[in-house]
Amino acid sequence: MSEAIKFHFDVDGENFTSAGEASVQIKQKLRQLGFAPDIIRRVSISMYEGEINMVIHAGGGIADVTVHPEQITIVLEDHGPGIADIELAMQEGFSTAPDTVRSLGFGAGMGLPNMKRYTDEMHIESELGKGTKLTMTVNVNR
Amino acid sequence: MAEYKHSVSLDIEKCKGCTNCLKRCPTEAIRIRNGHAVINSSRCIDCGECIRVCPYKAKKAICDKFESIKDFKYKIALPAPTLYGQFDGLDDIDFVLQGLLDLGFDDVYEVARAAELVSGYTRRYLNNPNIKKPVISSACPVIVRLISLRFPFLCDNVMPLLPPMEIAGMLAKQQVMEKNPEFKESDIATCFISPCPAKVSYVKNGFSGKKSYVDCVVSMSDTYFALLGVMKKERPLLPVSRSGMIGIGWASTGGESSAIFNDKYLAADGIENVMRVLDEIDNGTFPGLEFIELNACNGGCVGGTMAVENPYIAKARLQTLKRYLPVSQNWTRKRIGEDDKYIPDNFLMSCGLEYLPVSQLAEDTNEAIRKMADIQRVREQLPSLDCGSCGAPTCQAFAYDVIKGEAIEAECIVKMRERLNELLKAEREKINKEPSENDSK
Repeated sequence: MSEAIKFHFDVDGENFTSAGEASVQIKQKLRQLGFAPDIIRRVSISMYEGEINMVIHAGGGIADVTVHPEQITIVLEDHGPGIADIELAMQEGFSTAPDTVRSLGFGAGMGLPNMKRYTDEMHIESELGKGTKLTMTVNVNR
Repeated sequence: MAEYKHSVSLDIEKCKGCTNCLKRCPTEAIRIRNGHAVINSSRCIDCGECIRVCPYKAKKAICDKFESIKDFKYKIALPAPTLYGQFDGLDDIDFVLQGLLDLGFDDVYEVARAAELVSGYTRRYLNNPNIKKPVISSACPVIVRLISLRFPFLCDNVMPLLPPMEIAGMLAKQQVMEKNPEFKESDIATCFISPCPAKVSYVKNGFSGKKSYVDCVVSMSDTYFALLGVMKKERPLLPVSRSGMIGIGWASTGGESSAIFNDKYLAADGIENVMRVLDEIDNGTFPGLEFIELNACNGGCVGGTMAVENPYIAKARLQTLKRYLPVSQNWTRKRIGEDDKYIPDNFLMSCGLEYLPVSQLAEDTNEAIRKMADIQRVREQLPSLDCGSCGAPTCQAFAYDVIKGEAIEAECIVKMRERLNELLKAEREKINKEPSENDSK
């Protein structure tokens, strides 16, 4: 029988300087659980990009990570403005990030494409004015 | 795996079991057990934070004494460039080098010289198209160990060049044997004059499968006081120093980076800052960077716990000392037909950096998940004060210790007080009830 463990994080939309901390914590947990460096990196990068997106666009949200020995699932949910055109948003270089965060080096339009690249599956549900739910899975091949 | 030998040691008599070092340790390697601190050697990275913060001076760096090499036929001092920044009003490095000879060394080989060679080879290494970038400096032993314990994905980014201290030891010995063929390697002892306790551990443990070229490591503060006694006012006859601006620059943060002649670098110091930077690099932030210089101590090597002077004062003095020096006095000249990436084998580590999963809960992932779920359950019952009274630095670490069987939940003082209050309340209720029962009789 395979066990699972869940981690829950509230991603604070008010405090931009703390953005990315959930991803650091997940990294630490996965290390303790003994996952391979490559898996840890893929999960933490996807999580980081998602976290930053929620802070920039949606005023924060929640992140739930479920860890199975064979599979790691990340669910990011927010009540932000939603994504108008998902296909367009998935294109490399497309960005709606405000200038204020561009000066920090964000907003290059690589967030969603990176998340897709580093995970095995990615699914976006989004409704304008209601929010976005993003589900990503990383398969652990042993 | 052989146990890692550390240089940080504890004087149990002086340790009061307070929580200062416990809270400060960046890898949570310290616990308070039976009234005094205990260091988990598999987690300790020799950063020296506990030495800095201990109010009772119970934590010390153990290093060698000059006497340990007195029987060798030929003794060579290897002064770290930081040493030159310790002296007030010093206007020529030769006073220090002459002082070392007067202390009984037969020769001096400046580590700053080796640093200039390492800088030269670093520039060559960066020409390589097939290496993982950003390249992380291998000079600070604390950082190298930190990466091997916590940043598995960055192990391949660490530059495979040996640190200047090693190169200095190697070249010093070679030089002596060339000049005096009657000496064997076993006749010669090299003695590093160190601001850094982690270098002591490095030498004791060897590194990447190689025995160190350094035979003994003495503390800079011991050497400083010995030198004060012998250093003379008159200028030595022969100029001996062969350090340039680059070599001296290595003593403080940014010096090593500026010597790569490329502005795509990042230089950070202070263990907390460094850990944040590593987390960011791990996330793939800063894609355009070529080189990363990280120093565990504030200010760089001048901030080492065995240095005497305040790191920023030492840095200012070094700026003055190096002002009119040539940029470098030790060059890695390209031989005809050699390509621009060539690095001699004896400058390289014999194997890459290996990841040591010390925080892993169990070999089997299922079991690790079960253990982590248990940790979470224990953690939820704890007060989140992170007070340290139980002997662990945080409630999270305490929960981890409980599940590992190294602590019991009842040791949480806050929970103990809760239970005590409940007992007292029950007692009081009993007492309050009893007289009323008597009254009714």
